[in-house]
Amino acid sequence: MELFDYKLLLAVPAIPIVGYVIQIFFGRHLPRKGDWMLTGGMFVVMCITVYMFLTKAIGFEPSPGNAALLHESAKEGGPIFGWLYSSAEKAPGFNLVAGIMYDGLGAAMLMVVGVVSFFVHLFSLGYMNGDRRYHIFFANISLFTFAMLGLVLSDNIMFLFIFWELMGLMSYLLIGHFAQDPDSPRITHAAAACKKAFLTTRVGDTCLLFGMALFYWKFQTFQFTELWRLSAEEVARNGGEYPMWMTVGGFFIFGGTVGKSAQFPLHIWLPDAMEGPTPVSAMIHAATMVAAGVFLLGRTFPMMSPEVLAIVTAVGAFTALFAATIGCTVNDIKGVLAYSTISQLGFMVAAIGTGGLGLVAGLFHMVTHAFFKACLFLSAGSVIHGCHHEQDMRKMGGLRTKMPITFVCMTVCTLAIAGMPLFSGFFSKDRILQGTLGNLFTQFRGASALSIVALSLAAMLTTFYMFRLIFMTFFGEPRDHHIHDHAHESPWPMTVSLMALAALGLFGGHFWLLHPTDPLAQGHHGTWFTQLVDWKTMYGGVFDPMAANMIVDRYNPYHLVDGQYVLDSAIVAAGTEHYEHAVHGAHYWALGISLLVLSLGLFGAWLLYYKRKVDPARITGALGFGYDVVRDKYYIDEAVDGSVIKGTMWLSRVQKWIDEKLVDGLVLLVGRIGKILGYICSWIDKYIVDGAVNWVGYTTQAFGSVARLFQTGRIQQYISFAVAGGILIAAVHILT
Amino acid sequence: MPETTSTILTWITFIPFIGMVAVLCAPKQNLSLIKGICGIATFIPLVLATQVYFGSFQKGTSEFQLVHFAEWIPLMKINYHVGIDGLSLPLVWLTTLLLFIAIPASESVPRVSKGYYALLMLLEVGILGVFISLDYFLFYVFWEVMLLPMYFLIGIWGGPRREYAAIKFFLYTLAGSVLMLVAVIAMRLDTGTFSIPELVRIGGEGGFTGPALLGMKFTTWVFWFLYVAFAIKIPAFPFHTWLPDAHVEAPTPISVILAGILLKLGGYGLIRACFPIVPDAFTTFAFTLGVIGVIAIVYGAYVALGQSDFKKMVAYSSVSHMGFVLLGMAALTEWGMNGAALQMFNHGTSSAACFLVVGVIYDRAHHRDLNAFGGIAQSMPRYWALSTVAFFASLGLPGMAGFVSEFMTLVGSFQSADTRFQILVLISCVGVVLTAAYILWALQRVFLGPLNEKYKDYKDITAREVFSLAPLLILCILLGVAPFLLLDWMDSSIVQLMRQLGSSI
Repeated sequence: MELFDYKLLLAVPAIPIVGYVIQIFFGRHLPRKGDWMLTGGMFVVMCITVYMFLTKAIGFEPSPGNAALLHESAKEGGPIFGWLYSSAEKAPGFNLVAGIMYDGLGAAMLMVVGVVSFFVHLFSLGYMNGDRRYHIFFANISLFTFAMLGLVLSDNIMFLFIFWELMGLMSYLLIGHFAQDPDSPRITHAAAACKKAFLTTRVGDTCLLFGMALFYWKFQTFQFTELWRLSAEEVARNGGEYPMWMTVGGFFIFGGTVGKSAQFPLHIWLPDAMEGPTPVSAMIHAATMVAAGVFLLGRTFPMMSPEVLAIVTAVGAFTALFAATIGCTVNDIKGVLAYSTISQLGFMVAAIGTGGLGLVAGLFHMVTHAFFKACLFLSAGSVIHGCHHEQDMRKMGGLRTKMPITFVCMTVCTLAIAGMPLFSGFFSKDRILQGTLGNLFTQFRGASALSIVALSLAAMLTTFYMFRLIFMTFFGEPRDHHIHDHAHESPWPMTVSLMALAALGLFGGHFWLLHPTDPLAQGHHGTWFTQLVDWKTMYGGVFDPMAANMIVDRYNPYHLVDGQYVLDSAIVAAGTEHYEHAVHGAHYWALGISLLVLSLGLFGAWLLYYKRKVDPARITGALGFGYDVVRDKYYIDEAVDGSVIKGTMWLSRVQKWIDEKLVDGLVLLVGRIGKILGYICSWIDKYIVDGAVNWVGYTTQAFGSVARLFQTGRIQQYISFAVAGGILIAAVHILT
Repeated sequence: MPETTSTILTWITFIPFIGMVAVLCAPKQNLSLIKGICGIATFIPLVLATQVYFGSFQKGTSEFQLVHFAEWIPLMKINYHVGIDGLSLPLVWLTTLLLFIAIPASESVPRVSKGYYALLMLLEVGILGVFISLDYFLFYVFWEVMLLPMYFLIGIWGGPRREYAAIKFFLYTLAGSVLMLVAVIAMRLDTGTFSIPELVRIGGEGGFTGPALLGMKFTTWVFWFLYVAFAIKIPAFPFHTWLPDAHVEAPTPISVILAGILLKLGGYGLIRACFPIVPDAFTTFAFTLGVIGVIAIVYGAYVALGQSDFKKMVAYSSVSHMGFVLLGMAALTEWGMNGAALQMFNHGTSSAACFLVVGVIYDRAHHRDLNAFGGIAQSMPRYWALSTVAFFASLGLPGMAGFVSEFMTLVGSFQSADTRFQILVLISCVGVVLTAAYILWALQRVFLGPLNEKYKDYKDITAREVFSLAPLLILCILLGVAPFLLLDWMDSSIVQLMRQLGSSI
């Protein structure tokens, strides 16, 4: 890439941060409180990201070299930033230089973030209108965008982490947006929710920090490309086996994903995060920030051992199913979408754990999901806005005539998330199933076998609860006439955003995007994303043998020759071929499963919530206690509250007691002993030491008082004493 | 005999002394004149120190610079020997900055008078003197000079239990300095010199010949005596209990100085005048120190979480944060040592900012009960914004200064040759999460949620308060974005220190 391209990329995060600084200090005094400035800035950012994406990443000309797209400013003379360095003379330094990395995954993600951010900004113009802290809202969401764009562009895990945590802060402030608004009825909830979000993710972040420290300890670098290369070398040195420390390190890094991407058991913060304004939910808690955990997995995949990846798959698949079950019971329109987000993130994480095509499919789903989930949230926001801040779906119904644009957009994206063929979600979800099945066919790994079942069920439930949402909100008779009568379509900034994102939700997965000028060029060789990000080349070629994850087990390509492991490329080729064959075979299975679960879910929702042939209450009644457990979110919040929170508070009280009574008590005891010693000394001093002195004094005094008798001051007496003395001396002298 | 290369350090140190004399001469009714004198007497050192930082000081060398040498008591070979290197320079600069900030912050101290300002000036002389001393006797003298004004500043201008807190502070620190004195005299008798660089050289060559006592080597005794003396100042567990009392009772500017600089004297003393003198004893007990550091991190965080007094919570957070200093030093890696030195500076800015923040609300509400506040963000939005910056800096948010030093400490400890340190890092991660917990919980209770009617009419943070707070917050962000502004200055001295400690760097 040219220097000019790097400068363009540098402008991408620079625009929102400059906008933020201006906004936070002067926003209140600007016309319209500065919203046009930041939205305009985001428009420029969107244009740059899309331009870069089209010209650098997918290209208007078909060029096979694009698949190995991997640019780093540090290696190509682009802009770099020295963060930690010193000029001291010594052997190894701690030079940490940050630069820009632009590869297929980064390019796609950057484009997604740029586009979604702009439309969320635009949507907020209408949605947040009249808000008490309007200018602060725009400032915060702008800084958030800066952090997310910076994260995507980072070429090292250290800077990724810095932006990662900065996003956490912005998420905290934005969830707590209404925690300072006296007019908000949920002010207390918002205050608790923002704290919970930050703390829960902080647990994951600390795991990530520890994992980073572990990898730095061995590899002495934070640079992604270096980490990939060194990981591959380390594995090669061990003959295809991952050493124990890499498993531990990978596990801790995955901890970061679990926190940020709301995987079980750290998912508890995301439903609460819905206390934030809806544009925030759309952008941070659906499209971008929560996807950062998945992005991190994509960036660190070569560092993950098969053991870690098995855990990744298991956790992801479990989360997908688990959250989907809860999603079927929620009545809050944003709540459904929140659990849906957790579930979809589970899909991505599970897919990445299977490696190979699954890895690419998971990342692809991250991209398509960003479009349609952002649209779904914004549609929900539009509904809430139209219904004057009513979020309970039970009070809605029949809104499709009142809000036609919102209805159409939301339905399009619901079809996308459900996996209707030709909608974006279909392409990615289908490939997730395909990748997981491919892994199963080559591997027979337990985690894959369970995950394919869990993911299929979760996909079915996804269709079910999403159409439940559509039917309850837009169809049927209005259940609350007051709300229905006052409902209205949203103003243009909101509907324009909805339509744009719905279009992306529809077309976001299409293969012809790869060659927009020649749609029929390469037929259906794949979607644009699977050609842009190829599992065989996405890590700069250092990682081909392992990228398909489990091939190593059955086709270990390393041979021991003279005490050193040597890579046998024939076995790599054989393994790859086997895998590709299996994936190809899995394609029809995956398609079958996709269509089957789609129709089952849709039919169920149609029966229960559109035709109302069966009253849902009868089903829930029949399920009895089982239903209650799901409805109450499996009591995980209560369990965490009872164990972790209560335990921590108890420990803190105990240690406070120790500090006050024991540690400080000891100090006070020493002080008291000193005091008592002082009293004893003072007694001794007074009665013994001073007593002795006094005794001398008394004696002297007594002697003196006797002697005083003679000191009368009368001359006559003195003379008589003198005469008597003289006589006495004379007498003695004479007598002796 | 070292050459005198510059007298600027002497000027920096003693200009506040001139200020003190001027304050004492000023009429006591004319407080604004006194404040003006103090402002000038603290501003000039700040300017000079900044000049030294960016001008006369040379990076990339570990030699002592700007040395001023003069014979003081030739009979006992006691010299006036001062100089700085990368370890002391940032702390000298921070001292001049915090004292300058303390003058406007003193506005809100009740019963403030001429004596207060005079003592504040004397305090600056003592602190700066300790940081630049290269003669152990001089070091000790300045150490004691600093103690006395602090005692009166807490004992006279403090809160309701000020006398108790002041005496506790005084006796505790005095106990430490007695130990230091014993060790210094023992070393003097053994080697015949008070010069710190000389002692470091002798100690590095294993030149102490003192007798073993009660089965412990001479150097071990010296090490533990000096360690306890400095650990009380840090304060390291279990010698920390004077700190919360002193903080709670001290007026805001004194808390700022106490947390911002006085605690750093302990850490600075360890790396300047304890570890390199007895490197063998240090390496023997490094793991013990690491354990003490981790206990401080986790235990301090737990106790902070249990507090309902805002200021006490911040005080215990200091205990927790200073644990990183000990952990980083004990790990004996370049990252760890740099992290520890950086943490001292960064804690100096962030905790000072936190105490200023607490002071702002205390001046309005006259209490510090976390549970009695609520929704202050609504009545004081600018105050909320600045507090957020201060507390997230203290929390160690990436992009802010505290993160860099904590992170470097953790990574550095992980790399330690002693792999037991990896377990310590894992445990201290608990402290990292707990830090977030107590800070966010406090923010929630004070600032968020429904506004307590009592606090409805509070005036937002004033320009004077912002004036004190802003430089610290700017530093917190600047050093998070550009940590090399400190590291590049410190690293040469750190590398030298590592060599003195026997690390093969």
